[in-house]
Amino acid sequence: MPHDGAWSPTVDRVAPSPRSRRTLALVAVVVLLAGLAGVVVWTRSGGGPPPVRTRDLRIDVADGPGRDQPVQLDATFYLPQRTPAPAVLVAHGFGGDKDAVAAEARELAERGFVALAYSARGFGRSTGQIALNSPDYEVVDAQQVLDWLSRQPEVTTDAPGDPRVGVTGGSYGGALALLLAGVDPRVDALAPVITYNDLGQALLPNAGTTGKLTPRSPAAGAFAADGVFKRGWAGLFFAAGLGPGGSTAPKGEAPEPGQPRTGEPSPTTGPNPRGTRSDRPGGPQPGQPGQPGQQPGQQGPATCGRFRPEVCQAYVEVTTTGRASAATVELLRRSSPASVTERIKAPTLLVQGEQDTLFGLDQSDATARQITAAGGTVKTVWYSGGHDGGNPGPSVRRQIADWFTFHLRRTGPDPGEGFEYAVQGAFRSGGPTIRTAVADRYPGLEGAGAGDDEVERRSVGLRGPAQTVLNPPGGNPAAISSLPGLGSRLSGSGSGAAALAGGLAVDVPGQTALFTSEPVDAQVLVTGSSRVRLRVSAVPGQPTTGEAVLFVKLYDVAPDGRRTLPGNAVAPVRVGGLPADGAPVEVTVTLPGVVRPVEAGHRLQVAVSTTDQGYAGPTAPAVHRVELAGDGQLSVPTVPGRRAAGNGTPAVPLLGVGVVLAVVVLVSLGGAVRRRHLDNVDEELTDVPLVIRDLSKSYRGGLKAVDGLSFRVERGQVLGLLGPNGAGKTTTLRMLMGLVRPSTGEIRVFGHRVLPGVPVLSRIGVFVERTGFLPHLSGMDNLRLYWAATGRPAEQARAEEALEIAGLGRAVHRRVGTYSQGMRQRLAIAQAMLGLPDLLVLDEPTNGLDPPQIHHMREVLRRYAATGRTVVVSSHLLAEVEQTCSHVVVMHHGRLVAVGEVGEIVAGGEVAFRVDDPELAADALRGLVGVGTVTPDGQVVHADLGDLPRSAAVAALVAAGVAVDQVGPRRRLEDAFLQLVGEEAVE
Amino acid sequence: MSEGHAGYVLPELPEPGGGEPGPDGATPGYRARHTLRLRVELARQLRRRRTQVALGLLAALPLLLLAAFELGADDRNRRSGGLVDLATASGANFVSFALFASASFLFVVVVALFFGDTVASEASWSSLKYLLAIPVPRHRLLRQKAVVSGVLSLLGLVLLPLVALGAGALWYGVGELATPTGEALPFGTAVFRLAVAVAYLAVHLSWVAGLALLLSVSTDAPLGAVGGAVLASILSQILDSITALGDLRVYLPTHYSFAWSDVLTAEVDWTDMARGAFSAVAYAAVFLLLAGRRFATKDITS
Repeated sequence: MPHDGAWSPTVDRVAPSPRSRRTLALVAVVVLLAGLAGVVVWTRSGGGPPPVRTRDLRIDVADGPGRDQPVQLDATFYLPQRTPAPAVLVAHGFGGDKDAVAAEARELAERGFVALAYSARGFGRSTGQIALNSPDYEVVDAQQVLDWLSRQPEVTTDAPGDPRVGVTGGSYGGALALLLAGVDPRVDALAPVITYNDLGQALLPNAGTTGKLTPRSPAAGAFAADGVFKRGWAGLFFAAGLGPGGSTAPKGEAPEPGQPRTGEPSPTTGPNPRGTRSDRPGGPQPGQPGQPGQQPGQQGPATCGRFRPEVCQAYVEVTTTGRASAATVELLRRSSPASVTERIKAPTLLVQGEQDTLFGLDQSDATARQITAAGGTVKTVWYSGGHDGGNPGPSVRRQIADWFTFHLRRTGPDPGEGFEYAVQGAFRSGGPTIRTAVADRYPGLEGAGAGDDEVERRSVGLRGPAQTVLNPPGGNPAAISSLPGLGSRLSGSGSGAAALAGGLAVDVPGQTALFTSEPVDAQVLVTGSSRVRLRVSAVPGQPTTGEAVLFVKLYDVAPDGRRTLPGNAVAPVRVGGLPADGAPVEVTVTLPGVVRPVEAGHRLQVAVSTTDQGYAGPTAPAVHRVELAGDGQLSVPTVPGRRAAGNGTPAVPLLGVGVVLAVVVLVSLGGAVRRRHLDNVDEELTDVPLVIRDLSKSYRGGLKAVDGLSFRVERGQVLGLLGPNGAGKTTTLRMLMGLVRPSTGEIRVFGHRVLPGVPVLSRIGVFVERTGFLPHLSGMDNLRLYWAATGRPAEQARAEEALEIAGLGRAVHRRVGTYSQGMRQRLAIAQAMLGLPDLLVLDEPTNGLDPPQIHHMREVLRRYAATGRTVVVSSHLLAEVEQTCSHVVVMHHGRLVAVGEVGEIVAGGEVAFRVDDPELAADALRGLVGVGTVTPDGQVVHADLGDLPRSAAVAALVAAGVAVDQVGPRRRLEDAFLQLVGEEAVE
Repeated sequence: MSEGHAGYVLPELPEPGGGEPGPDGATPGYRARHTLRLRVELARQLRRRRTQVALGLLAALPLLLLAAFELGADDRNRRSGGLVDLATASGANFVSFALFASASFLFVVVVALFFGDTVASEASWSSLKYLLAIPVPRHRLLRQKAVVSGVLSLLGLVLLPLVALGAGALWYGVGELATPTGEALPFGTAVFRLAVAVAYLAVHLSWVAGLALLLSVSTDAPLGAVGGAVLASILSQILDSITALGDLRVYLPTHYSFAWSDVLTAEVDWTDMARGAFSAVAYAAVFLLLAGRRFATKDITS
């Protein structure tokens, strides 16, 4: 029950008195807030990462074909809290240096690994020239770094000279990881990120083949020879090696599941601010030889920067001709992991980006196939970034660390050999738009431990006539598909810019053939590389070069016509050997590997253009004819995936729900049991409508509204509760109704003690203080609903009698909101009389009534009591009580002042004589037989005449020579009452 | 007789004695468990303008949204592929959008209205004391009112998605539900999932109901009770948006207010919804018990 702590202080109930209860509540709130603040501070400060020590150092290596060229590598050693520990080599991307991966290395050290980051030769402060991950240079360097690691006491070793080590790195560094693992069996695990399998295919891709495509994996590319030069990216790549500027590594992090999509660069936060790699201004600066850190004598042509001459030469050749010679192909092949993948036995985590026009999903697909075919083990992760979309985010980095934790330290959960891919929703919305799908295996891999099954492919019918496309002279203007190197720079979070660019893709009219499907009836989740067969031919009579270079794109077309180019990716195809007579050549095109949900109602569109700005297309003008081959089906790969995380029924919270409900039920049952034992009846009083004993009520703040009140009402009485305003009459009546709890004393109605809601209250009809009607209902409906609320049989209501008493006539059907005060009052009395209760309690019933109505009301009450029922009426008017009631209780300041029969109190035996000579009159009266006390009082003489008739007394007075002005009953009640009111007035 | 006042006729009153009072002193025919039956309370509430307006608004909102989308669709400047396209992808998407639009505020207000107003308005009309004098036992009065408020809230909660479903299916068809994370659910599944979402919302909003009821029995001002509950919800949402509070935010009652959106995926992750249900039920239980205790011991002075 994790929620308990949050409110336990608020249900504190110790406080005995109201004031201290408030203070306690205040204290509780303050304590709670202070506690919250404390927890915040504690969790913010105490939960930091473990400390990491770093050591800058230089490692001397010797490389080259003869292992005789000394190079000094600039490195940083990251040491975890506890050593010895397995090591992880962190290699940087092209154009970066060891500082570019400082955050990753530190993070790995925090996870308990010894991390070593070093600048590759030709980068940062390391010496040497860039040999492009050559097995004679960079790979040899890395092997010697492994030697160095094995000598460090902080590093766990498997055998002398064999450190327990993993290798990771992005892009250029990822390729190094693969090459090193292929060459050196000492590598125990590796996690190459967004890297290439075949640099030749990455920079000179050809996605179309006239042969048969054998791979059965989701993102396999055709990888045909004689590709089209990826000019834009290659230029950036080369420029990054010219000077100390321009890294080709993506900027920022790719968005991850659970993060809302933002369109703006997100500042990266956290204990290790990522993105601190210097994005040095100025960019590539060719023509500035002699950069710091370069060895004298190693300078070649200024245009070659820090590249080794053979690399530079290959680049110049390709850029100028647009084609690669055999020597260049061989150089690129030797620099590619493809050359060694069949020797990689260490478990490999391939992390590839879905937004990557440089090293697409086809590259990791090929690596995975090659490694598993040779018996290695591979797990593939496609994340939402890439060279166009950003670096791996925290969860992917965590996966990498988990990979090493399992494979190097043999602890933690087995990450398995499956396949995970990120799905970016097709819609922009405020919330998270990325999810991770998990499949048990990467389909289409061969070899032990791998699935050996083909990826599921759906056929989507395309339509479109044969179309003629032209290649403009000079290859200009060209279609735009992506912005190499800019995708991730436009936005830190990557996908915003990617989505922007995806929507901006431009095809040039006349250069593009379109083949479109019908709207799909259900969502198609494209997971990998779709395939389409095209038939290409020259157009007789039009210019032709005997070959066609085409750029094939797969668009997602929304119902409103908006086109999105998923991944901004394009598949370049070079179709050679086109007969000039127009005989077609059939080619199978592997479209770029993407993950894209194509929603129901959307169409898929294959666009075939002759140009693309990112590539070096042919400059000679040509006209091609393009049509769908065969049945015109687009073969779309899908990999069924399930949710990445947190399935299964969460038992604990559900159990908590059950416990809470059980507690509520128990508390309710407890209350019901307690209420059942509340009935308290005094058998001797069951015939007495009302007995009040020692009743007191103190309100908060010490005001005593009722103080020691006791009286008793018998059947048939009309009792008047008389007192000035504020005497405690209404409070007494409220206590009688169980609305207000007495502080002390008790009230019994027909012997039953009154508590809130006791059944005996059903014998009381009441009207206290204000009327209570639902203003939106008519008087009639109010009475009807009120009676319905009692749940008693309708025939008991006696509604006709009550309504007659109210005398509202037709107004009873009007909304109560329109009633006058008097009408409401009468309706309220009628409501109190519903069911003809044994005890009728009315508070100031004649307020707001006009004299005839008052008269009428008195008659009603007298008659009501005459039936043997009982009426209690409160009033502040003496005359009212005198004329209506048989009995009276006079209250003042909450105390009982007088009680008795009205007649008795009003008349008694005493008579008041207003005379001219009080002394004489008193003497005369005292002389009469049977007369009790005689008291003169001003001009008035009071006398207790006993049984003596007043006429006899008057005759005696007259006989005694006293002039009698007035004779009447002595008004003791009035005296008492006036006295009270008088006091009130003085106050 | 009141001679001269033809309007007033004094009826003949029968003698008392239609039966003996029960052993508990109750008048014949009175049973505590028959007082203020749900039917009666429902009739009392349904005839109120505020009930009719609230339910009417909930039913009208989807139609307003639909009209807004139709009017806005002509705007050439609107961003394609955005929220509107998601909302109008299918009838099920329209329902999900309507729920998203209403969940964090409109539904809170409606639940707070029905629960916060129920006792406080009776107090403000002074009719509360007459109900208690029937007597409707206090725990029963609170329970019946809470149940009826719950029924009305549920009605509103179901009305909006139902109208949205009808209008959406008519206008945008019965296609797949497309989610922001790129999943698609068949229409039938989506409707069932949306029903689950509404059920979760009902459970989740129970904390608002509990708080509103507690405030309702604590004040005679209906506006105070309703506003207080809404205010608490807004406050909690603001605190929830302060990421610096970190894990502490899970203790906020609104933290899991959008957990229902988890059902809109192919495989449902129940974790957050279960936590949200626990959080809501726990808060609701505390508030309800406090409300019951407060109402049982309170002096009714309205």
